[in-house]
Amino acid sequence: MTQALVGTSVKRKEDPRFIQGRGKYVANLQLPEMAYIAVKRSPYAHARIEAIDTRAAEAMAGVLAIFTGQELIDSGVGKLPCGWVVPGCKVPTRWPVVPVGDKVRHVGDSVAVVVATSPYIAEDAVEAIEVSYTPFAAVTDAKRAMQPGQPVLHDDIPNNLSYTWALGDRPTIEQALSASAHVIKLDLTNQRLIPNAMEPRAAVAQWNAATEEMTLWTTSQNPHPIRLLLSAFTLGIPEHKLRVISPDVGGGFGSKIFHYPEEIITPWVARKINRPVKWVASRSESFVTDSHGRDHVTHAELGLDAEGHITALLVETWADHGAYLSTFAPLIPTAFYHCLLSGLYKIPLIYGITYATLTNTVPVDAYRGAGRPEAAYVVERLIDLAARKLDLDPIAFRRHNFIQPEEFPYQTPVAMLYDSGDYNRLFDKAQELSSYSELVAAREAARAQGRLVGIGVSGCIEASGPAPSKVAGALGSAVGFWESSIVRVHPSGKVSVLTGSHTHGQGHETAFAQIVADQLGVPMEDIEVIHGDTAAIPFGMGTYGSRSMAVGGSAIVKSAEKVRKKMLKIAAHQLEAAEEDLTYDFNGGGVYVKGSPSQKKSFFDLSLGAYTAHNLPDGLEPGLEEQAFYDPANFTFPNSAHICQVEIDRATGEVSVQKYYAVDDVGNVINPMLVDGQIVGGIAQGIGQALWEYGAYDESGQLLSGTFMDYAMPRADVMPAIHTARTVTPSPHNPLGVKGAGEMGTIAATVAVAHAVMDALAPLGIRHLDMPFTAEKVWSAIQEAA
Amino acid sequence: MTAINVVVNGKSYTREVEPRLLLVDFIRDTLSLTGTNIACDTSQCGACTIHLDGQAVKSCTVLAVQADGSTLTTIEGLANGKLHPMQQAFWDQHGLQCGYCTPGMIMAAAKLVEENPEITEAEIRHGLEGNLCRCTGYQNIVAAVAQAAKA
Ligand code: FES
Ligand code: FES
Repeated sequence: MTQALVGTSVKRKEDPRFIQGRGKYVANLQLPEMAYIAVKRSPYAHARIEAIDTRAAEAMAGVLAIFTGQELIDSGVGKLPCGWVVPGCKVPTRWPVVPVGDKVRHVGDSVAVVVATSPYIAEDAVEAIEVSYTPFAAVTDAKRAMQPGQPVLHDDIPNNLSYTWALGDRPTIEQALSASAHVIKLDLTNQRLIPNAMEPRAAVAQWNAATEEMTLWTTSQNPHPIRLLLSAFTLGIPEHKLRVISPDVGGGFGSKIFHYPEEIITPWVARKINRPVKWVASRSESFVTDSHGRDHVTHAELGLDAEGHITALLVETWADHGAYLSTFAPLIPTAFYHCLLSGLYKIPLIYGITYATLTNTVPVDAYRGAGRPEAAYVVERLIDLAARKLDLDPIAFRRHNFIQPEEFPYQTPVAMLYDSGDYNRLFDKAQELSSYSELVAAREAARAQGRLVGIGVSGCIEASGPAPSKVAGALGSAVGFWESSIVRVHPSGKVSVLTGSHTHGQGHETAFAQIVADQLGVPMEDIEVIHGDTAAIPFGMGTYGSRSMAVGGSAIVKSAEKVRKKMLKIAAHQLEAAEEDLTYDFNGGGVYVKGSPSQKKSFFDLSLGAYTAHNLPDGLEPGLEEQAFYDPANFTFPNSAHICQVEIDRATGEVSVQKYYAVDDVGNVINPMLVDGQIVGGIAQGIGQALWEYGAYDESGQLLSGTFMDYAMPRADVMPAIHTARTVTPSPHNPLGVKGAGEMGTIAATVAVAHAVMDALAPLGIRHLDMPFTAEKVWSAIQEAA
Repeated sequence: MTAINVVVNGKSYTREVEPRLLLVDFIRDTLSLTGTNIACDTSQCGACTIHLDGQAVKSCTVLAVQADGSTLTTIEGLANGKLHPMQQAFWDQHGLQCGYCTPGMIMAAAKLVEENPEITEAEIRHGLEGNLCRCTGYQNIVAAVAQAAKA
């Protein structure tokens, strides 16, 4: 079939509205009679609420109502559920608003809800509410949380241990390690990060008392799952009476997957006061309520034989889940982590265990990469140290242990079956793109002058496109992970594509339209992609885990194929020819009899004909729209080789990333411009983790980096120019041959920059530092080493 | 309440406002010009950048009453029959993903280029240091500003 648009950098269809200030973000909604919600939040990390005095607040002009947690509970509001419960998991009780007599468990926990006629008045009233607390000691460290004598967050969860999850046979691995010629041991932390999508979370709700229907606009990556959770667990409005709309969403990075208290409170209030209501998070609130990411403490050991082949890997991790289990929290440090520990390498034996603990901090869940960056960081740090130990070039050592192209599909010892890849070719390209040997020579020259220059290499893998629903179910998921689509051809030949995927920056409105344009032979401008509204689209699972193209895109291909088949049937009937004798003309948009293009039915003729139904084959239903659900056969396994150069200022410890080269294999590419955008944006977040970002708590549970003044986000002036290139090994098991592209950059960049910093510091005898490599930390390490 | 008069995108408005009302809330809520976004409460993100009497300012750091008598341009007023070169450049260079930082970014960048038509890459990066974007890694934003500078 002719491919006119797939594979080309079509400019985004969605951009004209954004560049002219016409984005439809939730916070922009204005409805008549709208009231405004503000939430009173706990200043303590761990305390019992003894009493709440709302009298002064209630007396303020413009305050419509104040609600406390018990009122929500009494009216039937349920606990926030966990959507991924691994065996033996103890799920802590989490109410949308903590009732009097119960405990707040992190700074920012909700205590009371104010409704007022303006957001300013609502904020004033929040200040006027008096809450008496009995404060308790807090615990904020993943590992310390499960030690005896530590404060316990939930009475029914001893030692703050929510679950333990292990994969592999420990004695076998320990034996293999002790028989190994070399064992590399490392203790590391993967620090807590705060996703900080630029659009703060928001919710608007409108109750229709006449029809008893609720509409909720919310900043979600997945409106249907949110509706299901609201219906079945928390709010209790039945699914067919509840419409959830996620319009334009200003970035998510995982943080907008989850079901949050305000999504329950806002519609609950709207029904209660029978007025539309709006809640918009301030950035300060986002910092203490959006789920955080990462936060692992790990001990790991890697065995090598005398020839430098990897023999075994053991990984022991304490994963901080924060005060409650956020919606998908238990997936992240289990299947999304240990199952990726094989990296790009042949590792015959792997054992991994995670202790998932609860602490007096904001819940931790998926953040761009979600478990996979943590796995890549552990594996790659060990690989890098191993190369150093054997005095080998880091790329040469990696190549020595790569899974080879002919070994795909490759079964790892940690459950994953890798689909395709060619890691040698990937690194060939990366070495070429970066002029690797010249980089090394330049580093040597700089070192000879006493400068601290380092080169970092990372080779990472990701399991993207979750997931075969059966596998997800077996691992603890409460939901399936297929995707839905409808391709609807209107009588006039215009096309609506309804997708269960959700775009919040990825560019689906363009990329999905490219696919349909090629599948049906219609121009881009005749195609509209519709997403994010449960009243418009079929039940869809939404967007996360780099799944939209592999899973959502595949569903669209299936729908479009069905449409094409039906058009061929109609054409065969009308042209009085056999279907085999027809050609679907993808460039011309229509169907003709092979060899006689004049005997033709245009796309328009066939669309209109399907609806007039004046001349359809017997038994064929009128209309021209087809639905498909696509359940992936496997994950896809994008992989990457990133190389970068940093220089450290000896006097200040400041690290600057000077050169960055990224080669990624994300399978076939629908729109190179969009893929590069994802990779580069991801790299920025990866560099952010390596150098600056840290969700730091003090021992009393106060978030020390709770504003953009303290939480260092990557800025334009500190980002390097990034050079990207690609190799392509198509994924064999989805119709587009694509792999995920959304998270690879983040996963790979953290590692590459960390390795460059360690390489720069290696001549000083520094073996390992934990991220972020702030100037202060690096400077101190240099002083200590001197 | 205080009465203020402002000209926004060429249109004159007189409104009664609370003295504490932030200019950004005045623009978004009072005038319903919701193209200007809010992404922080500490004046660090630049999402709310507009032009106030010819200067790029973060409209969350100004009170509505301070803007009395001023002339404002917001993202909605930047295009003049056709897209402003900076808007066009953001589109051409894929300088946006989720679009949330974009109005502030475009308003800040338009001023940068106006003040320094020969702007270098380093100057662009330095000049946009007060505007946060979580999606793009800034690379295509920088490319967009460079394109617009040449336009
Ligand atoms: S909202 Fe004005 S600088 Fe962030
Ligand atoms: S495009 Fe999303 S924050 Fe900049």
